[in-house]
Amino acid sequence: MARIAGIDLPNKHVEIALTYIYGIGRTSARKICDAVKIDPNRNINDLSNDEVNELRKLIENDYKVEGRLRSEIALNIKRLMDIGCYRGLRHRRGLPVRGQRTRTNARTRKGKKKTVANKKKV
Amino acid sequence: MSRSIKKGPFIEKSLYKKVVEMSKAGEKRMIKTYSRCSTIIPEMVGMTLSVHNGKSWVPVYVTENLVGHKLGEFSPTRIFRGHAGSDKKAAKR
Repeated sequence: MARIAGIDLPNKHVEIALTYIYGIGRTSARKICDAVKIDPNRNINDLSNDEVNELRKLIENDYKVEGRLRSEIALNIKRLMDIGCYRGLRHRRGLPVRGQRTRTNARTRKGKKKTVANKKKV
Repeated sequence: MSRSIKKGPFIEKSLYKKVVEMSKAGEKRMIKTYSRCSTIIPEMVGMTLSVHNGKSWVPVYVTENLVGHKLGEFSPTRIFRGHAGSDKKAAKR
């Protein structure tokens, strides 16, 4: 099994296996294959050590993945919260940031439904 | 889609004039403005602008981090005071 960027890649086609790394999707996986001249349809276990090393080198140098990417995203959000702009406020409250409706839906941001008891009729 | 670079950042002309004048004169006054959609430009750093939120003017002190945002982003137009019956939560804040 090949280990790149702290992730064990499963024995699948290179193009697919690379997407198991946080920060690499199908598009960048394809670009990486092109750059190191590896057929994207080969399986990971068929690669020689040299080829894996080449992949590793390319990803480490040219791509922001895993921890570094996560910390960058967290930093961007923290910046928004610190300057007190509208987007930052929405992040603070855990509400959708890009102007979606919140009367209904928005469950991804708001989490599971919290039912509020009905007001009693007088 | 983002704005064409050719045009440069949008900023209300009257506001731009005031900002440039003030940065030249170096005096510190509040500029009151309704123009929430104007971009914050580097010349504004260090100034305090009063941005209308539909009801009152909210003072926005411009720092370097704010450059490139719009003025309106820092002057919220809605106040959420909590739902009825959730006073406990509201009191905590």
